[in-house]
Amino acid sequence: MTPLLEMRGIGKSFPGVRALSDVSLELFAGEVLVLVGENGAGKSTLMRILAGATSADEGEILIDGAPARIAGPQEAQRLGIGMIYQEFTLVPQLDVPSNVSLGVEPTRAGLIDVAAVRARAHRVVDDLGLELPFDVPVSQLSVGQQQLVEIAKALATSARILVMDEPTAALADREIERLFEIIRRLRASGVGIIYISHRMEELPRIADRIAVLRDGKVVATRDARGFSSDEIIAAMVGRRLTAHFPELPPPASDAAVRLDVRGLRREEILAGVSFSVRAGEIVGLAGLIGAGRTEIVRAIAGADAIDGGEVLIDAKLVRSGRIGEAIARGIVLIPEDRKAQGLVLGMTVRENVTLAHLANFVDRDQLVDVARERAATARMIDELQIRTPGTEQLARNLSGGTQQKVVLAKWLLGDARVLLFDEPTRGIDVGAKTEIYKLMVELAGRGAAIVMVSSDLPEVLGMSHRILVVRGGRIAAEFSRADATPDRVIAVATGAAA
Amino acid sequence: MSDRTRLVYWLRIAGAAALFILLVAVVDVASRGSFLEPSNIVRVLRQITYNCILGVGQTFVIITGGIDLSVGSLVALTGVVAALFANSMHLSGFPLIAATLVVAVAVGCIAGWINALPVVKLNLPPFITTLAMLEMAVGAAFILSHGRPVALQSADFQNTGIGSFLGGVTQALHVPSLPVPVIWMLAVIVVASVLLTRTRFGRYVFAIGGNEEAARLAGINVVRVKTTVYVISGACAAIVGFLYMALFSSGSPQTGTGDQLLESIAAVVVGGTSLMGGRGSVIGTFFGALLIGVLYNAMNLLNVDSYLQKVLLGAVILLAVVLDELRKRYLSR
Repeated sequence: MTPLLEMRGIGKSFPGVRALSDVSLELFAGEVLVLVGENGAGKSTLMRILAGATSADEGEILIDGAPARIAGPQEAQRLGIGMIYQEFTLVPQLDVPSNVSLGVEPTRAGLIDVAAVRARAHRVVDDLGLELPFDVPVSQLSVGQQQLVEIAKALATSARILVMDEPTAALADREIERLFEIIRRLRASGVGIIYISHRMEELPRIADRIAVLRDGKVVATRDARGFSSDEIIAAMVGRRLTAHFPELPPPASDAAVRLDVRGLRREEILAGVSFSVRAGEIVGLAGLIGAGRTEIVRAIAGADAIDGGEVLIDAKLVRSGRIGEAIARGIVLIPEDRKAQGLVLGMTVRENVTLAHLANFVDRDQLVDVARERAATARMIDELQIRTPGTEQLARNLSGGTQQKVVLAKWLLGDARVLLFDEPTRGIDVGAKTEIYKLMVELAGRGAAIVMVSSDLPEVLGMSHRILVVRGGRIAAEFSRADATPDRVIAVATGAAA
Repeated sequence: MSDRTRLVYWLRIAGAAALFILLVAVVDVASRGSFLEPSNIVRVLRQITYNCILGVGQTFVIITGGIDLSVGSLVALTGVVAALFANSMHLSGFPLIAATLVVAVAVGCIAGWINALPVVKLNLPPFITTLAMLEMAVGAAFILSHGRPVALQSADFQNTGIGSFLGGVTQALHVPSLPVPVIWMLAVIVVASVLLTRTRFGRYVFAIGGNEEAARLAGINVVRVKTTVYVISGACAAIVGFLYMALFSSGSPQTGTGDQLLESIAAVVVGGTSLMGGRGSVIGTFFGALLIGVLYNAMNLLNVDSYLQKVLLGAVILLAVVLDELRKRYLSR
């Protein structure tokens, strides 16, 4: 039987990262192929290639045995590939029929044929056996209903290949049940489905075959029957080469609690998070994307308002939701997205480094003393070995690892007592990673309390004294450095174990 | 700055200066030397004063990524309020002038604060809030003045409006003197430039325009800084309203409500300030206003048809921003 879709030797690189290498997959009509893998394993890149959102550097794609070139989203649609992204692509202000036909509206005499738009939506929605309100903006539908609209939209363009990226992530149990029913019905009608998931527990219920992606390669493709969760996790984690981790001396046995977090709550996001970090200790927050790890550190830093809970530094309460006060008390957030949150790209290294502590660089007339700024920045460049031609280089022109060091320098100018690292080494080359790790160890050695959010499992395991696994906005498990293994952490994070 | 950026920076300055000198030389020759006469240069400076001061205030707002559409009608409102106030006071001389200025600036600041409030608290687009203020301020000016210019009863403002700075001294030395409003413009430029380039506040203005979230996470009080830029813009509009009132010896609800707003924004943009925020300078705005002023003046000297003048001005503005964009693209390659 000719596969519906065949990918042969797909490779894709980004600057500094090999996202996919030699990936080969087959998808047959009437099957559900589940794609699993850790964050960053390459699932999204693979999907974007299928969607025509990006193009592969090497390899070929065959549809019905014929080579196909997917140059753009319209091409993908024409080839019968339907995409359902994690983030919805609906226009919230438009109703269901308008969304289903978005971009392919039937027209009459150059005007949108409203009756035909409705008929089209009816056809798909009825085929799926759904009931959806047609006359209200989709923003008024539940998340589950919106998900169904996404599916209807994908199928309206007569998709034969449906790619779903974690479709159950935002759904309630009842809605998941319904979604699975629809998937089974689609499968019976001959649609081939690629289903990307993190959730071990749902695999046996939906998967025909399972492909495991790790570090941009397919490491296993097997029938779902007889492929146990343990085996799947083992394949996901594997043994691999990693950046070199520096030695991590344990914190002093009499070290006092530096950061104390009590019962942080945020509606639907954080469900009572409590933990403490001692001076000199590095605590890793592991978990899946969307589990609430970033929200925890942002809440501690005062970057987001919270609904309840408190944060104490050296046993003294920090008023919540006030970034200025958090900074004054020595709480520092090194955010996930350097470019969007950490740096002003159009400013120089000097201006970025002094931004948070500019008050220390004014003279008696309240004018900024650029010479002192330069001196301090030059000192940080030296200390952190920031690779820049000088203090006046624009942040925009630096590499990812160097930019991260500039963010770090900004905070180390002050008295940073609690450092919250959110994905500190994402998109950074191996050499720079090791340097950042060394800095973290050094900072801990000077008595800082460090919280590190990371999706890179070896990094969490290699760089933390303790590991907290976050799932569903709460801390689901705690492991000591000695007890933490990749399998155990992944099992808790994915809900395969409690 | 890296060597390359430094080189490009100086090339840009040199290029702009060369173009400017070329323009001046051509116009001077074409007008048989009347362009570079001291009296004509002073005339150009006097003509650009009002646009330039408005543009300076606008520069702060635009660098944060905002826009202030209300400045033209704030000129009208503050002029009318200042004239009514001056007429109602039993003061004269310097106390009268100072008190009137303070009242005008206070009105401008309050209007700027009202502009900023919905922007910083509700995240509404400044385009809308300042558009609303544009309507309200001009309406209020008409209500307060009953639709007629409010004539000043005191003659004490004459020197502020049309006098010469240190007129006696310059006359004795036989050198041309600068009009008082031009001195005001220069003072505003110096103060604003120091504020923008040398203080923490100025640094924060750039940081917010460059990346508001990063600025917020750095502990910068974004609400306060953004509010202040609209207050500064309102204050600059008030200074212009005050100077016009002194110039015309009356506060008119129609002053400043014509092309003034758009020409002041043009000065800012031609001066190299990015409407996307994060980049710009007060000095640039001065040169932007100067370029527009020189152009008008030159076209007048060369007897260019006044309707055609508008077309040419628009073309020059477009050309200036296109060249700037091309330069940026070259730089980011």
